[in-house]
Amino acid sequence: MNGVALIITAALFIGLGALALLLWALNSGQYDDPDGDAVRILLDDPGEQGQTK
Amino acid sequence: MGTISLAQQADVADDLTRYLHQQGDGSWRFEVAVKGAHCANCLAKIEAGVRGIAGVREARLNLSTGKLMVSLDDAAGPPHAVLKRVRDLGYDAAPFEAGVTLDTKEREGRFLLHCLVVAAFGTIFTMGLTDAVWYGGADMSAALRRTFFWLAAAVAVPVTLYAGQPFFQSALASLRKHSTNMDVPISLALILSLLLSLYQTMQGGAETYFDAAAMLTFLLLVGRYLDFLLRDRAYGAARHLLALQSLLARRLKPDGAVETVSARDLVPEDRVLLASGDRVPVNGRLDDRGTEVDLSLVTGESLPQSLPRGAELQAGSIITGAPVLLRATARVEESLVADLARLLEAGQQSRNRYVSLADRAARAYVPFVTGLAVLVWLGRTLAGASPAIAITNAITVLIITCPCALGLAVPAVQIAATGRLFRRGLFIKSGNALERLAAIDVAVFDKTGTLTLGSPVLTNADGISPQVLERAAQLARASRHPFARALAAVAGSGPVAGNIHEVMGAGLFSKELDSDRKLGSAAWVLNGKADGGHSELWFRDGDDPPVRFAFEDQIRPETRAMLDALRARGIMIEMLTGDQQAPAAEIARQAGIATWLAGVSPMDKAEHLEQLRAKGHRVLMVGDGINDAGAMALAHVSVAPGTAADISQRAADMVLRGDSLSPIVEAVDVARKAKRLVLENFVLAALYNLSAIPLAIMGLVTPLIAAATMAGSSLVVTVNALRLARRQ
Repeated sequence: MNGVALIITAALFIGLGALALLLWALNSGQYDDPDGDAVRILLDDPGEQGQTK
Repeated sequence: MGTISLAQQADVADDLTRYLHQQGDGSWRFEVAVKGAHCANCLAKIEAGVRGIAGVREARLNLSTGKLMVSLDDAAGPPHAVLKRVRDLGYDAAPFEAGVTLDTKEREGRFLLHCLVVAAFGTIFTMGLTDAVWYGGADMSAALRRTFFWLAAAVAVPVTLYAGQPFFQSALASLRKHSTNMDVPISLALILSLLLSLYQTMQGGAETYFDAAAMLTFLLLVGRYLDFLLRDRAYGAARHLLALQSLLARRLKPDGAVETVSARDLVPEDRVLLASGDRVPVNGRLDDRGTEVDLSLVTGESLPQSLPRGAELQAGSIITGAPVLLRATARVEESLVADLARLLEAGQQSRNRYVSLADRAARAYVPFVTGLAVLVWLGRTLAGASPAIAITNAITVLIITCPCALGLAVPAVQIAATGRLFRRGLFIKSGNALERLAAIDVAVFDKTGTLTLGSPVLTNADGISPQVLERAAQLARASRHPFARALAAVAGSGPVAGNIHEVMGAGLFSKELDSDRKLGSAAWVLNGKADGGHSELWFRDGDDPPVRFAFEDQIRPETRAMLDALRARGIMIEMLTGDQQAPAAEIARQAGIATWLAGVSPMDKAEHLEQLRAKGHRVLMVGDGINDAGAMALAHVSVAPGTAADISQRAADMVLRGDSLSPIVEAVDVARKAKRLVLENFVLAALYNLSAIPLAIMGLVTPLIAAATMAGSSLVVTVNALRLARRQ
């Protein structure tokens, strides 16, 4: 019984944590420019990239 | 009427402060619409180039939207440098009005995505709990089962109520208008299943539908969000086209300085500088002198007119002669002819009356399922069941008939169809435009700029010696008159004659030591001796006999094939043009069009469409001019090329990215196929739901069966719809 309660509570918090992470990612604009992000990884100028937020 | 280079519109010396917005940290934000950047290289080049400008803090290009966000240290200087730098790198750039762009549309998308994420979480978590009961419930104590249900309720109820908001809102809006859409039964099923499950949990029963409610919300949101994404992308692309050719005007201030303003800010009595090639932003009078004007977007007339000082000019005309000063007589929104504005409104209203297939299905479906539920309740009560069981049964019927698949049936097909056409360069702006396109049996085309290229081409170059052509071209290169440009295009680049003068409405002459050349109208060059047609230029070189250059507006290379393809699909073709009889007859002959009208006014065009409609035809209107906008708004469905006047792009349901008309044929095919698939999906979804109804009526449905039916039918309609996305 105790084990089940523990597991379910843990699952709930892990789930909520994942949800919070995803919502944070959405709100911080990480899904605003999928096309751009796809090509940005190809650019090789770390100094230049370091400036971007 | 090719697109006007942006560089001419936003002069680098002009005032751009109106596009700057101060940020919280004291920097200034400047947004630029960039055209043509699609690769990693472009991105790196533009960002590095702009960051290299003194005073620029940060530059970031969004490849998905084509918008460059620049933050500046101060408001002076850098904006011009930014525009210039981007243009120097070879991309078109125009300042974007910040603030207007981050609008409700974006917020709507974000909210849908939030709902989707929340629903996904709720579905997984609820299923984990309830599935444990479905598969292992026999080994559980009643108390543990009940705890599981309460936990499921604690997650599923808030999740469904939050994530279901898009459906609840849409259902409420529809009910307020005294009609029903698919969201009404969906909302009903969601809320009733939650209530029933809560009741069952309190009673200690086993029939809870928490997982079904959460999953239903999730699946429907997937469809809704994808639909939104594609529509938004098409809408955004269409708007981007407009922004890039949106009108900036150069206003002459009383002190003689020039400032760049948006055309929307012009008020009557403003004086506007117009260079050759500029589009007239608002109605006005020629203030300082006469010039030549291309009216093809306004009237469909293919030849430029020469207008005297003081003449009235309509917005949308293009200056082809000398630069002039325009005194505005109206604002942008008043610059349409009043009749045209009325037509646009009438068209909008008739379009709003169109009921989409999905809504028609919902109107038949909702009374059917609610009636069925009432019957079940009555039947069970009469058969002696307890009220609780009778109501439970009735609600189960509502849940099992919840049009989850029906709700996906239309969006799934639309996503596949709009996505495919988007890749082909056709942006669909209104939701049910494809459905309307599937029904057309007549296609009406505008001539100038739609069936034709919209710019004249020299037709008798073969009969003219290269030397004469070159001598004439040396004059022609100095003018922006369409004929002169066509002549210069044939001759290629080369020197320009010295000492050139332009005689308004007549032509050009050059007086040099050893030569005396004239290029212009027959009346002027031949001293009124000949009465030539309109589509020619005469050239006289000293005492040599005069040479005639003939011009014609050229039909687009793909026009003929496109029209034949449409005819093969059972669509009648007509042409309506404001141009004169002779050029219209020639183009009609080349295009193989039997039914055409020339010299029609914008009102006549609209009138003609009204007549076609009265005869029971469903008309597709394709046009690019301001004079077509009224007819396009009244048509059953309308398409505008990307080069069209902005008013006709706004009136159109679909906008072509490029200049080619060929995607129209594919659009008709896709639209017809999409309609067939939607109907197929309705049948599939209905079959699925109907087969479960007998079980629900007999009270044999378990929550597991309900969940499986919903998932199964949704999968079937989605797969069926994806057949459209497959490349042929």
